[in-house]
Amino acid sequence: MYRSHVLVSGNEESVIKKIVADLNELLVKHRLQNDVKVLVTYSLNDDDKISLIIYPEGTQYYDVEGYDKLEKIVSRHLAEGVIVKELLAKGEEKTDEQKESESEFINRQFRVVLKNSGIIDPESIDEYIAQDGYQALGKALTQMTPEQVVEEIKASGLRGRGGGGFPTGKKWEFACKSDDPIKYICCNADEGDPGAFMDRSVLEGDPHAVIEAMAIAGYAIGAHKGYIYVRAEYPRAVSRLEIAIAQAKEYGLLGKNIFDSGFDFDLEIRLGAGAFVCGEETALLTSIEGNRGEPHPKPPFPAVKGLFGHPTVLNNVETFANIPQIILKGADWFNSIGTEKSKGTKVFALGGKIEHVGLVEVPMGTTLRKVIYKIGGGIPNGKKFKAAQTGGPSGGCIPAEYLDIPMDYDNLIGIGSMMGSGGLIIMDEDNCMVDMAKFFLEFTVDESCGMCTACRVGNKRLYELLTKITDGEATMEDLDKLEELCYYIKDNSLCGLGQSAPNPVLSTLKYFRDEYIAHIKDKKCPAGVCKNLITFEVLPDECTGCGVCKKLCPVGAIKGEATEAHRIDKDKCIKCGLCMEKCKYNAIVKR
Amino acid sequence: MKENNGFCFTETPEQKAKMEALLAEYGGDETNLLVVLQKAQDIYGYLPIEVQKKVADGMGVSMEKVYGVVTFYHFLRTDPLGKFNFSVCMGTVCYVKGAGMINEKLKEVLGIDDGECTPDGVFAIQPTRCIGCCGLAPVMFVNDDVYGNISQYDVENIVDIYRKRARNL
Repeated sequence: MYRSHVLVSGNEESVIKKIVADLNELLVKHRLQNDVKVLVTYSLNDDDKISLIIYPEGTQYYDVEGYDKLEKIVSRHLAEGVIVKELLAKGEEKTDEQKESESEFINRQFRVVLKNSGIIDPESIDEYIAQDGYQALGKALTQMTPEQVVEEIKASGLRGRGGGGFPTGKKWEFACKSDDPIKYICCNADEGDPGAFMDRSVLEGDPHAVIEAMAIAGYAIGAHKGYIYVRAEYPRAVSRLEIAIAQAKEYGLLGKNIFDSGFDFDLEIRLGAGAFVCGEETALLTSIEGNRGEPHPKPPFPAVKGLFGHPTVLNNVETFANIPQIILKGADWFNSIGTEKSKGTKVFALGGKIEHVGLVEVPMGTTLRKVIYKIGGGIPNGKKFKAAQTGGPSGGCIPAEYLDIPMDYDNLIGIGSMMGSGGLIIMDEDNCMVDMAKFFLEFTVDESCGMCTACRVGNKRLYELLTKITDGEATMEDLDKLEELCYYIKDNSLCGLGQSAPNPVLSTLKYFRDEYIAHIKDKKCPAGVCKNLITFEVLPDECTGCGVCKKLCPVGAIKGEATEAHRIDKDKCIKCGLCMEKCKYNAIVKR
Repeated sequence: MKENNGFCFTETPEQKAKMEALLAEYGGDETNLLVVLQKAQDIYGYLPIEVQKKVADGMGVSMEKVYGVVTFYHFLRTDPLGKFNFSVCMGTVCYVKGAGMINEKLKEVLGIDDGECTPDGVFAIQPTRCIGCCGLAPVMFVNDDVYGNISQYDVENIVDIYRKRARNL
């Protein structure tokens, strides 16, 4: 038993290690090593500073790097119980009203998937068990038949969180009905959508939840072997999974005869190797088999003929993280959260032009307005909301007119976007939608596996057309071609990657066609992003001739005598924007 | 098939022994190919033709299959890395916050293109996909050091830190 727990969170592994070592040394020095435990948790910070949270008080310290700062915290807070005011996190020293607004980011969420993240020590199976961990597995194995487990998941209405939204229970049922003696459970942890990091946080913050869920799934369909396919880019997630699997084996929660039920289940980790297409289920399974990760036509679906030719259930990390609680609390409880056709919660990775960046878990059907303004704290610098991008390179954008639409699978598809894995990127008036579409296309061009011509060549052409538009060299005919090509690619690609690759273009065309037209007809980029279409000018009335911009300009494009208005040589200007950023008098504008 | 770009492949006795042990452990099962390649890259740092041949022979699979898998995955490299590898995260959030400009500046400062290594083998640029720390956007890595919330104006200073370190190597 420990009197206090110190939770260390940050983003830099080397700094965290140093802090933990220093803290442990200080604890020994103050003879507190048996009373206080130091833990490393998943970071919810949005910068490179290190935070400490001390429980049970819940005191938050911020920016604690440095031995003397740690010494203060240990000698005063932990030894004497006196709070070190000067190191308190920002929210802590504020008025009650301000405190409330900062804690709203957490309090206004509804946490099912993330319930343990940042609360328990992910490297301790005991702490997971203390939070009702592995009880669901026990319940399933000792009190339920495999069919009952499948029924429970079906009744809960849980749908795949990886993007498609296929009912999880149905998938399990297909695999359960097969009489093939060899079956597999796979976990898709190849989170590749740029801007999405919810799977990473579950794996790093609560790895046992995924392991428990996979064992339950194995029992339900009659599989004895599971694979977790995780991105090699997530080394911390991989090491935590390795630790968690070893602990579960040691406790007899994985391996032979689990809970004395006669059920055997074993897990293995496979590392991805940086191919986005491997997030597609058939491609992922091919990759586990050691091949190039190219997709296959469906049917046969993996639930019928999957890994090594045997029935396979493949679910995403977030989907699995819901399972233990559904088994424990029942389908009715899960059913009561969310909308009619989308049950439960969804974790969004909120990013981009937003005050509070981070993971947000809310019930399905929560409006975008609530997520942005109530939880996310709104758009910084008083800028106007322009659009939210959901579903990464496969999704689309949501314009301001749909801020109040309840976000669930069907509504998002209805407005030309998709849930995807849950990346939610907020854009303000300074983001150019054509440039954004181009960015996603560049990604798909790079990640297309090259099997289908429509995807391999079509997306490249699509990218070239978009480049033409952002360079100001396109005609209105190109715009028609662009649209036609989009539908062609969608219709003629085999897998989800190709079929959804044109979505960012189609949805921006739908809601921001005027921006495309401005690029083509007026040769202007309304947001001032596309370099070929903008110029920098000095406002002669505002310019004091201080000469700062002249000195800074990397190409010597700014001319002018001291104390007289300067001018910019447009032929020389490389549009880096440095002058505008550094002008104290706001005398330089972008047109 | 791409031959090594002017880099001469050499191996230490230690690397050779590790590779042999790796093939002895995993070589028997063809479905371990990707695992073996990942571990071989850990041993050598990259997968030149010579290493690919070892894998093909050791596992009894065809050279074209090995080459096919190596070239399919971004994570598997046929070129060696530099002593200091710069990677700018090209995830959506970083991009929205200016990662594109940072990468351009980096290429200009180092005088090499994406995926290339300076001729002296010291610096390399490897742009990366979203690494999931969007809270720090835009993010740049140099080996294991993380630089978050940076702009293109910081690039020169960051590179200088490693130029100094390179001199002391």
